[in-house]
Amino acid sequence: MIPRHLLIGVVILLTASLTMGVYLWNMRARVEETRPSSTNNKPVTAPVTGASEQVTLYVAYDDPGILRAQPFRIPLPEGRQQRAHELLQALVALYLDKASPHELSAGSEVRDVYLVDPGLAVIDINSAFANGHRSGVLVEELTVASMVQTLSANVPGLTRVRILVDGKERDTLAGHADLMNFYDVAAVGQMASELQVSQ
Amino acid sequence: MMNVSTHGIGFWVAGTILALTFPFSALFVSGFSRNEQHISIYSTVANYSLAVTDRNGQEYVGLLEILDPLGKVRAKGKHESWKVRYNDVESEFTANKTRVRVHGNDFDLPAPFLLEGNRGLVPLSSLSLLLPRILGGPVTFHEASRRLFIGTVGVRFATQINKTIPPSLVINFSSPVNPVVATEPGRLRMTFTREPLLSSDSPNLNFDNKIIPSAIYQEQDGTAEITVNGSSPLFATFSNDGRTITIAPAPRAPTPTTQNTPSSSAMPAAFSALTNSSTKRYFAVIDAAHGGEDRGAILSPQLAEKDINLIFARRLQQELESRGMPALLLRNEDTNLPEDKRANVANSLHPAIYICLHATAQGTSIGLYSALLPSGEEIRGPFLPWNQAQSPYLVSSRNAIKILTTEFQANHVASHNFSASLKPLNNISVPAIAIELAPPQDGVPGFNSVEYQQLITASMAMGLSEARTSLEAVH
Repeated sequence: MIPRHLLIGVVILLTASLTMGVYLWNMRARVEETRPSSTNNKPVTAPVTGASEQVTLYVAYDDPGILRAQPFRIPLPEGRQQRAHELLQALVALYLDKASPHELSAGSEVRDVYLVDPGLAVIDINSAFANGHRSGVLVEELTVASMVQTLSANVPGLTRVRILVDGKERDTLAGHADLMNFYDVAAVGQMASELQVSQ
Repeated sequence: MMNVSTHGIGFWVAGTILALTFPFSALFVSGFSRNEQHISIYSTVANYSLAVTDRNGQEYVGLLEILDPLGKVRAKGKHESWKVRYNDVESEFTANKTRVRVHGNDFDLPAPFLLEGNRGLVPLSSLSLLLPRILGGPVTFHEASRRLFIGTVGVRFATQINKTIPPSLVINFSSPVNPVVATEPGRLRMTFTREPLLSSDSPNLNFDNKIIPSAIYQEQDGTAEITVNGSSPLFATFSNDGRTITIAPAPRAPTPTTQNTPSSSAMPAAFSALTNSSTKRYFAVIDAAHGGEDRGAILSPQLAEKDINLIFARRLQQELESRGMPALLLRNEDTNLPEDKRANVANSLHPAIYICLHATAQGTSIGLYSALLPSGEEIRGPFLPWNQAQSPYLVSSRNAIKILTTEFQANHVASHNFSASLKPLNNISVPAIAIELAPPQDGVPGFNSVEYQQLITASMAMGLSEARTSLEAVH
């Protein structure tokens, strides 16, 4: 003979667990509804406030391995450092496009650009940028030259550029382009002119 | 208001004190670290080195640091008592007391145990007494040189002098070794920091030879050293996977260049093996980039860049040698060499040209690259900064590239040439170029075509043959 109070207790517990089960089922269905259809790895950038300006981006073309100076109109903020960051964000956004002439892997992002006087710019890219970058002397040099040249063409007074990955030093971009040295803007300019075909 | 002002003064005073004490602290720390002593510990699990602390004229070491790499260890401190559990063995120490209990047995240390924060320090002189009880196995401690051997680890060596002309001293080791080799006037010193090297015979070895008369084995500050005395400069080469070191008189030094070559004086020995002791002068040093775990670019699921680089490097060597231009392969197997070491070896050989081979799956145009020199310090005096060692040779490197481009054009091979920030081009103190091989029209599998390999390497060899006179004139 089961005592009455025990029976009532079991019934209450069963009811509670059933109710919680139904509640969880509903919650699960709601999460499924709100989940995005696919993962979006594209960088999220804050909306830029400022007038659109004409700038020159040095765009890399894998085939036939050249840099092209191309005019673009992009909104740029006031601060010099923010402008530099925005320029490289615009350049990377071009490369993230599937139809890009120099494709970068999804999730590639310029985390920040620091302008350190006198004349030094530090570009901080994220690890997805470096880890997903194609390996090769030319493709890596094109990426570096394109970023350095775009910065120096639009930010006056730059003499040297250093590239960090996730705020840290890294030997190479993807096995070839040396990231441990400072890039001399004049020397990269010379290289860019070798690589460049102006439109 | 009052509070803010008081805090402001507080911060000001604290800041001033910190600012005043910092230089003295820094001086103390730097002075201390200069005199820091070490103990080297060798075991089957790990070889490591720990700093030794001086307290009241006694040398101490942290017990937890010793045990941590060897097994599961946990420590607990309460007031003056400190307990440490290593695997299943529990030990109990009391601060400033010599009495210790390990696994239920009491005994005395030669000097008191010290507790600093939660760090338990035991005297160095107690290690041969204490560790066998905790670890449950044999421990040999060379106290004078602070080298601790746990278990039956040890690398033994035997020497043999070959009284040929020139003579050579062959040292065979029971396991592979990779000492730091330093050459000094009248001797060659090999320092073993990671290997549990032990003297096999007497520490003084006499060879009854005029050129290599003797060698000495000694231990100090956690390292072992073999010093080989010689009446002429000596040179070490490695073989048998690092188990054999052969020491012989060094080849005659090449004619000095106008500027001093930046090179390391103490080069890890595995790489000095590459600079073969023969007196042969190489026209080219060919460097197949990447190797070992560094596969380089993945050209296809079956093909890594490192392998293609090596295949073409070997072919290029053959092509050059068949045209009377001796060439050395910097890497002739699937091993990785650090970039600085590649540069060191190339610089020490003084070839007429250094050629670094890369490969890509993209495009069909072969890339010819010279160094993109970084901005840096101004070159003053006779010494070159390491990152700008290439600067005096850049014009010659670019001239060689021009000639190669012409040769490729003549053979209907598409090519392009640029500057590239590619290691170790900047560090090479002879004309230096990098070549990025591209596949033929039929794609990456075409790299394996013997005809294609022949076409590319023969074009390179012909171009280099044309550039030979001007390249050799650089020296």
